[in-house]
Amino acid sequence: MMREERETPKPWKKTEVIGKPIPRVDAYDRVSGSAIYPSDISLPDMLYGAILRCPHAHAKVLNIDSREAEKMPGVMAVIKVGTNGPDVEWPYLRGLKTKLFDPHCRHEGEEVAAVAAESPYQAWDAIKAIKVKYEILPFVADERKALESGAPAVHEGGNRSGETQIYERGNVERGFAEADVVLEETYRTESELHTPMELHGCVAKWNGDRLTVWESTQGVYGVQARVAEVLGLPLVNVRVIGSYMGGGFGSKLQAGKYTIVAALLAKKTGRAVKMFLTREETFLCVGNRPASNMTLKAGVKRGGVLTALEFSCIGTGGAYPAGGTSLVDWLVRDLYQCPNVRTKLTDVYINAGPSRPCRAPGHPQGAWALEQMIDALAETIKMDPVELRLKNIPLYSQAREGNPPYTSTGLKECLEQGSKAFGWKEALRKAFEANTRGGTIRRGVGMASGLWVAGGGGPPCTIIIRLFSDGSVNLNMGASDIGTGTKTVMAMVVSEELGVPVNNIQIEHADTGTTQYATPSGGSKTVPTEAPAVRAAALHVKQQLLEMAGRELKTEAGQLNLKNGEILSIIDPTKKIKISGLSELKRQGVILGVGYRGPNPDKKVVNPFAAQFCEVEVNIQTGEVKVLRFLAAQESGRVMNRLTYENQVVGGVTWGVGLAMTESRILDAKQTGKMVNRNWHDYKIPTALDVPAEVISLPIEPEDTEANTTGAKGLGEPVTIPTAAAIANAVYHAIGIRITGTPINPLTLSPLFSARRKEG
Amino acid sequence: MGKKKDEDGPSRLGVSRRGFFKLMGAGAVVSVAKTGSAVESAAGVIKPVEMTKIKLFINGRSHRLLVEPRWSLLFVLREKLGLTGTKVGCERGECGACTVLIDGLPRYACMTLAVEAVDKEITTLEGLMKGEELGPVQQAFLEHDAFQCGYCTPGQIMAVEGLLRSNPNPSLEEIRHAVSGNLCRCGTYAHIFKAAQRAAELRRG
Repeated sequence: MMREERETPKPWKKTEVIGKPIPRVDAYDRVSGSAIYPSDISLPDMLYGAILRCPHAHAKVLNIDSREAEKMPGVMAVIKVGTNGPDVEWPYLRGLKTKLFDPHCRHEGEEVAAVAAESPYQAWDAIKAIKVKYEILPFVADERKALESGAPAVHEGGNRSGETQIYERGNVERGFAEADVVLEETYRTESELHTPMELHGCVAKWNGDRLTVWESTQGVYGVQARVAEVLGLPLVNVRVIGSYMGGGFGSKLQAGKYTIVAALLAKKTGRAVKMFLTREETFLCVGNRPASNMTLKAGVKRGGVLTALEFSCIGTGGAYPAGGTSLVDWLVRDLYQCPNVRTKLTDVYINAGPSRPCRAPGHPQGAWALEQMIDALAETIKMDPVELRLKNIPLYSQAREGNPPYTSTGLKECLEQGSKAFGWKEALRKAFEANTRGGTIRRGVGMASGLWVAGGGGPPCTIIIRLFSDGSVNLNMGASDIGTGTKTVMAMVVSEELGVPVNNIQIEHADTGTTQYATPSGGSKTVPTEAPAVRAAALHVKQQLLEMAGRELKTEAGQLNLKNGEILSIIDPTKKIKISGLSELKRQGVILGVGYRGPNPDKKVVNPFAAQFCEVEVNIQTGEVKVLRFLAAQESGRVMNRLTYENQVVGGVTWGVGLAMTESRILDAKQTGKMVNRNWHDYKIPTALDVPAEVISLPIEPEDTEANTTGAKGLGEPVTIPTAAAIANAVYHAIGIRITGTPINPLTLSPLFSARRKEG
Repeated sequence: MGKKKDEDGPSRLGVSRRGFFKLMGAGAVVSVAKTGSAVESAAGVIKPVEMTKIKLFINGRSHRLLVEPRWSLLFVLREKLGLTGTKVGCERGECGACTVLIDGLPRYACMTLAVEAVDKEITTLEGLMKGEELGPVQQAFLEHDAFQCGYCTPGQIMAVEGLLRSNPNPSLEEIRHAVSGNLCRCGTYAHIFKAAQRAAELRRG
């Protein structure tokens, strides 16, 4: 079909459906158990796969003996180092490639062999029976020591992962000279693991030379591209289906080695293979948010104007190039108006699992440093931290070439309306009064701001909508609904334009065989990417529908309107016809509408903003911290669905509680290099007892007519950016000790309290 | 925690250590010797054992099965009976995605062997449906958007169902404790609390 020129639709004024708290269109499927996730797939005559992984932080496979395993009951195939077929290579960033089963294992958990068997129990029996002789190599498991002389090299050529990245504007030395107060502090955030509830994995099945993969993924087309590339297949020979998926948070934006392993085992046995990782494997091998070691120096004038910021970070993407310091400096560069900024990012290799993008890559770490620093500056110049931020609101993006303006920036409104709704001044005063009475429980309030570097979405995106002769609708899109409510929002857009109730809309999605091309659902770009294309497709249907009705009613299409499944003349109210009454539509069976995502506004930036406020209680004997209440003022453009919007806010805040208080990957850096807390008992994610019972969501909705034709921006990532820093600031307010490293918990706090007691 | 206790130990985590050894027979579990050598040994492998005939009573239906004694109830539900409403998250009693009701009490199906679930009444998410109609807890989760990806949701729903069967009018703190053994990585807890309160209302009618 030719892409004809169409008029850009005008922004919505009053909406009938958009913005309402409508339960999800797939809620029934998810709560009844009828939704089939990839891990639920069971195919006839299916085998189960399991992977043998290197148990050492750094080792070379000298010899591998699988003879015993191959003879075990139920075992149908073993593939391993040296025998995994025609040169299968696994690509990393910057052109680096290794063998799928590489004899040089650079991190604990690298793939060494794999088995397919009749049951997963038998597959694991066989894995345990494979004998491997390793040469154990010296390792480095602490990124702070990776560049020291004599540090073991993860790769030939040393432990630097790419060039050091420097960003500079203005003159920071002059900026510090102009400042009345200059502070400098070091900060560290620990590495977090994504650990989505559904394990990483897939089911793979061949029909001759065509492969079908049911994968738990955020983007079926991304998986298709990787599998086709690695196995040397035409794209059309790889069909990837992933209509339901149990969480990803960035760790399922790409295919895994497990996808290829499943395909190879399925090929070798001629049977379908189900290959889902164990929980422990997901701690070792499928990504993480890297630890960040940050130094920030900041200068401010007494009146609250920032004069200079200087930031550096050492981070690691693990054993392979994976963006270990990616975007950690973005907030320092762009959150506040500041003429003099210098940042330096050093990414190194260590012998640990490679990182993957993790909910707002780099940003919560950067916020942890910057937002605590702003808090400290405010205290030093005796200014309210909200007021200090308000004095430095950016008018445009300073870090981008040409200083482009934002289509909307609600940072000021987030701060003003958020602090008002939270009762900021009152809460500060009450906490102060409570603490002057003494006691073991201290109260504190804190806040922090943020922005997200992306969140505007953009092309490419194609949507197809089919309107059937009874007025019901089928929506076809390639994007995954990763749990954010994408399908529901898209159905609401159709409903808004065509007046079809959301229950009469069926959605077909996330299948490379049958649905339109889409980029992966990540970067908080899915709604701003897909929704405008859905709107365009719906309007394309509407235009054809009105023309069809015009022919039947013998009137101009321009004089017709669509309402509640009926087409009526604006001029003559007797001229009307129901969609189901259109004889041409009955004959034709369907009206097909195609919508494309148009370009983003020229020389403008589409970013979401946020300000968050919280109140905590700290027990100064035990070090226990309770988050009592939380308010998130988010400016993500138009609210598309109030119910799923609030849910994203609740989830993002929970993630921030995890970063601030509970989560930390621990590597045994001194003795073995192995990860010591590779399960949910030892690596704690927030539970129902760790989060505030209520998170108040305060949407800030400026009318953004430029961002895209729906005015919506991304929410999922921006909402977790300031959270951890807001909690740290509240803890400081409660106890007067600045906690610069995550996590803030009894283990880290109680030694500080005893030290303070000793000092008297 | 359960009102009813197994003779062999705590009820929440299914089989006890002593019970496990009894089931497997003393010789079936090979001790693992740490040699300190770099060669990974084949120790720890459980020898294949004879299939055992069992009868499971699930959602009001009786199922006759041949199982290996080591198979978890979770494995049998999902991979042998196709009852995939019960999800797999960790297979070691950490996350609660596999929570089912056994004799009315929430239990981790991954920590329960199929052979020890014999003669008990097992209810899974599918068992809360009335035909095609949602049960009250399911309906409340739908109304309050108490999930995102939906993968922990069956377990959360079963935990709330178990709570409400023993305590029809729980406080917020009781709800928080009742679902504290069920992880939600999307972090939707605040909505789960509201859904549980709403479910209590719906059940009271």
